[in-house]
Amino acid sequence: MSGAASGEATSDEAASDEAASGPMSRVVVVGASAAGLAAVETLRREGYEGAISLVGDEPHAPYDRPPLSKQILSGEWNPKRLPLRPYADLDALGLDLRLGAAATGLDTADRTVLLADGERVAYDGLIVATGVRPRRLPGEGPQHVLRTVDDALALRHRLGAGRRLAVVGAGFLGAEAAAVAAGLGARVTLIEPAPVPLAHAVGAEVGDVLSRAHLEHGVDLRTGVAVAEVTEGGVRLADGTLIEAEDVLVAIGSHPNTEWLADSGLTVGDGLVCDAYCAAGPGVYGAGDVARWYNPLFGTEMRIEHRTHAAEQGMAAARNLLHPGEGKPFAPVPYFWSDQYDMRIQAYGYLRGHDEVAVVEGELARRRFVAVYRTGDRVTGVLAVGMPPKAIRRWRQSIATGSTWEETVPAAESA
Amino acid sequence: MRVELDEPKCVAAGQCVMASPEVFDQRDDDGVAILLEEHPDESLLDGVREAVAICPAAALRLVEQ
Repeated sequence: MSGAASGEATSDEAASDEAASGPMSRVVVVGASAAGLAAVETLRREGYEGAISLVGDEPHAPYDRPPLSKQILSGEWNPKRLPLRPYADLDALGLDLRLGAAATGLDTADRTVLLADGERVAYDGLIVATGVRPRRLPGEGPQHVLRTVDDALALRHRLGAGRRLAVVGAGFLGAEAAAVAAGLGARVTLIEPAPVPLAHAVGAEVGDVLSRAHLEHGVDLRTGVAVAEVTEGGVRLADGTLIEAEDVLVAIGSHPNTEWLADSGLTVGDGLVCDAYCAAGPGVYGAGDVARWYNPLFGTEMRIEHRTHAAEQGMAAARNLLHPGEGKPFAPVPYFWSDQYDMRIQAYGYLRGHDEVAVVEGELARRRFVAVYRTGDRVTGVLAVGMPPKAIRRWRQSIATGSTWEETVPAAESA
Repeated sequence: MRVELDEPKCVAAGQCVMASPEVFDQRDDDGVAILLEEHPDESLLDGVREAVAICPAAALRLVEQ
């Protein structure tokens, strides 16, 4: 990355930035979840001693979301286990912590964030980490969603033996919730508009074997079914059929929370549009679920809604905000996991839009395998179920180094 | 400095092993993290801090002594 000449050039640029605007003394991070927390911790770790405001619309201190559709929904965990940091650690960061405070506007000329209560918070540097909110269905009937701890507890209290739950959307979130509800003895109908669940994310072959687990656990999986609306009695399908249920969970994806940026002059299009350095405008960076950025490792724009990604991008955005002249492109290998029934699914890379899938270890049908993904001539993804960590980590390495399919996969298949 | 691992919280992502292979490993059967060095050397602390920050289960903590 270095070289004396470019090193000098970048530090000159940084020096002139500083001369023009003075040193940064007020950072505002909007969004108090995994990405926002990682950003504020990184600012402090990197030695920034100025003011930091951490603004979050929920009333809770930063907490973890993956357990919501797992241990919280099952009742295995008390919600007291959710906070991402003990209070003392949060306190030690010396934050101006504003919880229950939604950001409603951004004035980039004046460098101020407008809050719902009318207050204006000035910044030199801003990190946007406002996340996403669940999409909903039309209809008058009550809809559960699963994004916040309050959502999870509300659904948890409704589940139990013999209760009927309809889950719309058999993506990872819907599948996890269906698995937990079935485990609690609920009668679950899982409704998926696509012919094969998860096919767009992991391919039809893998999606098909994963979804068979639902059938084995007594979940009534209905695929290729269009949904019209949620009614008082359940879910009305496009053909008029009513799937009766006491409760309906809608898990059909999310909207990035960017409305508050509408008049900011920043570019918004399925997320806050950022460059390879996570920069969205002068002194403004994006991180987490809300940020769409150019990932140079895959040569494409992406927006990633994974837990690990939120922390990684929060860290990268904070570093690049502090050191703009020597910023590093953010080129991660995305990672996610999902727990369904007795399966632990883990994946690295960018699987969407792949051209080919090859099983290089184990057996699909036994749901114990490693599948690798090709896009163009590169290895771009790996997904494993029930395999030891080392079996998947070497493939992560192939993805990170941009290995070609030709040089990596035939050797593994014949081994 | 002491590293704390809340093992029941671990989701076996292995991010700690990539950030700090000298201090962390994973069990072969279920991938749950193993703490190799409870009191890592000063020279390893940057990697440990990285691991604490990116752990997707908030299962790690670095405690001043």
